[in-house]
Amino acid sequence: MQPLNLLLLTMLLAAVAYVLGYARSRTLAMPLGGVRHLKSLPGYYGVRAAIWCGVPALVILGLWAAFEGKMIQSIVVGTLPDTMIPDTAGEASLLMSKIGNVANGSLPPDFVEEPVAKAAELLQALQVQSKIYMTGLVLAVALLAGFLGWVRIRPLLNAREQVEAVLRWFFFACAGVAVLTTVGIVFSVVFETIRFFEQVPFFEFFFGTSWSPQLALRTDQVGSEGAFGMIPLFTGTLLISFIAMLIAAPVGLLSAIYLSEYANKSVRSIVKPLLEMLAGIPTVVYGFFAALTVAPFISDLASAIGVEASSQSALAAGLVMGIMIIPFVSSLSDDVINAVPQTLRDGSLALGATQSETMKKVIFPAALPGIMGGLLLAVSRAIGETMIVVMAAGLAANLTANPLETVTTVTVQIVTLLVGDQEFDSAKTLAAFALGAMLFISTLLLNVIALKIVRKYREQYD
Amino acid sequence: MNTMSSMSSTIASEAQAPEEKVMPVVDEKPEDTVLEEGVTVGKPFADDPKFKLRDVEVLYGDSPAIKKISLDIARNEVVAFIGPSGCGKSTFLRCLNRMNDSIDICRVKGQLMLDGQDIYDAKRDVVELRARVGMVFQKPNPFPKSIYDNVAYGPRIHGLANRKSELDDIVESSLRKAGLWNEVKDRLDAMATGMSGGQQQRLCIARTIAVSPEVVLMDEPCSALDPIATAKVEELIAELSESYTIVIVTHSMQQAARVSNRTAYFHLGHLVEVNETSKVFTTPEHELTESYISGRFG
Repeated sequence: MQPLNLLLLTMLLAAVAYVLGYARSRTLAMPLGGVRHLKSLPGYYGVRAAIWCGVPALVILGLWAAFEGKMIQSIVVGTLPDTMIPDTAGEASLLMSKIGNVANGSLPPDFVEEPVAKAAELLQALQVQSKIYMTGLVLAVALLAGFLGWVRIRPLLNAREQVEAVLRWFFFACAGVAVLTTVGIVFSVVFETIRFFEQVPFFEFFFGTSWSPQLALRTDQVGSEGAFGMIPLFTGTLLISFIAMLIAAPVGLLSAIYLSEYANKSVRSIVKPLLEMLAGIPTVVYGFFAALTVAPFISDLASAIGVEASSQSALAAGLVMGIMIIPFVSSLSDDVINAVPQTLRDGSLALGATQSETMKKVIFPAALPGIMGGLLLAVSRAIGETMIVVMAAGLAANLTANPLETVTTVTVQIVTLLVGDQEFDSAKTLAAFALGAMLFISTLLLNVIALKIVRKYREQYD
Repeated sequence: MNTMSSMSSTIASEAQAPEEKVMPVVDEKPEDTVLEEGVTVGKPFADDPKFKLRDVEVLYGDSPAIKKISLDIARNEVVAFIGPSGCGKSTFLRCLNRMNDSIDICRVKGQLMLDGQDIYDAKRDVVELRARVGMVFQKPNPFPKSIYDNVAYGPRIHGLANRKSELDDIVESSLRKAGLWNEVKDRLDAMATGMSGGQQQRLCIARTIAVSPEVVLMDEPCSALDPIATAKVEELIAELSESYTIVIVTHSMQQAARVSNRTAYFHLGHLVEVNETSKVFTTPEHELTESYISGRFG
């Protein structure tokens, strides 16, 4: 049976076990005088029976499915003559896919060497056998354990406690998935970054001021030396993020203040969803808005006042990114401002303070930690934003603070380094991982600082 | 009127079971009495009033919360508003410095005059009004600032002090009047939110009198305080009554009896009776007042 069908069948069995366990606990309870003489409610006995039936079987199924391929592969490779044992990982996977192709019939057996054809036969046989064994074992375990769980239902058995314990582990496992994924991502980035630094000196990457990650095909080629200095990329990222925050922070914050303190109900009920709609626009749409509308407008405007502006300017990307982040800032700030208790507003107004004095002197300071947290989150969003800058910011790594020039960002370079056919062991592609690691570290630092600020102010304002 | 309970016995019975009463078996519940709009027994009017309030109506949307109330509040008197929950006494109080303005659906009708000037005049400067009519709330609501900054808040926004030393003087005298100076003089820079509930409420009173208002409105100022803190605030009210007009909403009839000159009894948006406090608690004129103060409902 296919693993997926087996999974469904096991879950069905667990459901049956639930019903049977529920029924048995009720049957046991009736002579005693009712459900209240049981240690737990019938539902818990049912869930307990379902857990007994389902969990061990599903664990076996999962392990089998995970290790089946590797086991079969090692058995098959073991039957090959010594001369054909592959030396490198690349060759091994090539060989295995060859055997696999023969086994599933997409390659005729007489087309390949004889040992490979034999191995293919073996592979096919093993796969069939494995399926049969797996089905048998999983179903046997489900039925046997389910039966045991069902038989051992006693009125004094505290099924509730057991179910709660299992659920606790289940929730722990769910939390673990998120943590492990993060750890996995960090490790994969870290290992590739280490490989990158084996090829490019540490110092050059961190302090180099030029970035041109092409590698020579021939030694006598023009520009054969690649340069991997990240400074221009990070200044580009910071420049664009700075422009974006210059737009998003005041506009977002002030619109949040308007919406929460000044707007009446009907205005608020229209404007707030509209503002939040900005957050629902796909970034790629912002991207072509920036590239096709804002950037030409800026360069026209600049030439009209006699300044030279590139057609792909940092200003265009930053402006549009700022617009994109506005709802981020405004809805976070709005929440924080609304969380300031009404009694503080009343207290200030009753002293004869105007609305804006109340805002400036009471509500804003009280809401500041939350607002700071929101702003820093917006900054890390801006730093990590990719699509807008890919489309609007350009590819040339200029080290400049002039917002009218073309700059490029870390994310743009990661995209260009990894798009297309690339070999995965050259400094060029590995540089993407190093940049990714730096990006990760900087947003992590930002978040840590945001948390620190929030905590410091919270002590003061609570 | 059957057995007239004396003031002390009323208070005693209320102290024993302030919250829930065993209802005496009566054919008609007193709170079901139909009241005529705009009719108040007792002495609602005064000569030369600070507040002259005529036919005041308050509506939340379409539902009336206050029905044609007329009342005078004299200079430097303490008036207590009592009545069962939801009778409109807080709503009425909040009309006096237009704190109802921030509620969109709230509408106020009638004539409300402070020193002969219309409170609800469209051209009225609310900031100036509230500087003259201060308010202390049910829950202590100090700003999340230092003790000093809390008291200095009002004087600063109204520009009452030209120099730091003047501001210091205002802060000190306000805290002294609120009986808080000796407790906080060494920690004026400490956060106000770190004080005890009673201290916070007295700070809020100090903050209110720092702008030298003429009237102080108090909306159940002791309901969140323990008995000792309540006693201190009540002492303070007695002292303040020498220089300010005070209107206090309270759920505690003993408190009304202790601090006020006149007591107004509200019932379902009607002002039923206004009289000298001693009279209200000994020989109330209206049967509803009598039922309420003897604890038959409320």
